Amino acid sequence: MVFLLTGIEARGFIFGPPIALAIGAKFVPLRKPKKLPGEVISEEYTLEYGSDRLEMHVGAVNKGERALVVDDLIATGGTLCAAMNLLERAGAEIVECACLIELPELKGRDRLHGKPLHVLVEYH
Amino acid sequence: MFAAENGLKGDPRLEAISQAIRVVPHFPKKGIMFQDITTLLLDHKAFQDTVDIFVDRYRNMDISVVAGIEARGFMFGPSIALAIGAKFVPLRKPKKLPGKVICEEYELEYGTDCLEMQVDAVQPGDRALIVDDLVATGGTLSAAIRLLGKRMGAQVVECGCVVGLPEVKGQCRLNGKPVYILVEPREIDNCRHDISSEFLNVQCSG
Repeated sequence: MVFLLTGIEARGFIFGPPIALAIGAKFVPLRKPKKLPGEVISEEYTLEYGSDRLEMHVGAVNKGERALVVDDLIATGGTLCAAMNLLERAGAEIVECACLIELPELKGRDRLHGKPLHVLVEYH
Repeated sequence: MFAAENGLKGDPRLEAISQAIRVVPHFPKKGIMFQDITTLLLDHKAFQDTVDIFVDRYRNMDISVVAGIEARGFMFGPSIALAIGAKFVPLRKPKKLPGKVICEEYELEYGTDCLEMQVDAVQPGDRALIVDDLVATGGTLSAAIRLLGKRMGAQVVECGCVVGLPEVKGQCRLNGKPVYILVEPREIDNCRHDISSEFLNVQCSG
């Protein structure tokens, strides 16, 4: 039984909410800096050049809640890894990551803290 | 037009939706009471009810495309599109969409921004619903209406927003298109005097 589903800005917002609604989960958006109002926690991650940050609302996740992470695509896994860090810092238990598309050669799957990854299509 | 004036007067779902939206004072700047819909997304029943109310309204209007405005419009639009059998088209900030795009400029408080759409997303004759979380000045929605209607030849049937300023009560239209709104902002007293009707792109009849 999954309690919450996080989607990563912005394409994760397209797929995450319909899934959350269908399975009875709450939806938690993970956003670029300064978009979420109120108190947030923030996780930095590296890009090809430089770095970026992902933010989540304090209080959106309760300790021990089971969570899914949804995005449209996994490449290197950097963004998903940052999302998982945010959830784990808030005390969530991550069940699985789910993406439409995987680019397997980039081995993002190896950066998911040992958690399973469910994808619909691979692109080589 | 507000849902409560259009067949949903006294509907308890509307009160629950209103209460599920958190008000964050002075965000993104002093004087603005930000209507934070992320708390609505945490309330499964209220979130489902929000989508259901839009779906009930639009399922028999032959809508072929739902356009959602980045990024909070993405949180509501796709669920509505899926339920009514329409395609979903994202309207995005510049340089996010790959391929050939058209761009429509709109005004910000200082300067302008641009809303983009992929050119092959919408065909002339498509009947469109435009969705966003909130309508304030109507600048972004007006740009979306121009993108879909004027530029791509689709017929914009309506705009749907979860939250809307009271100025759009009654038969108000945006660029000639009706706007359907579920709830008003809460705790707005003394905080929105910087937006008066002369700055709104809304024409109100009566």
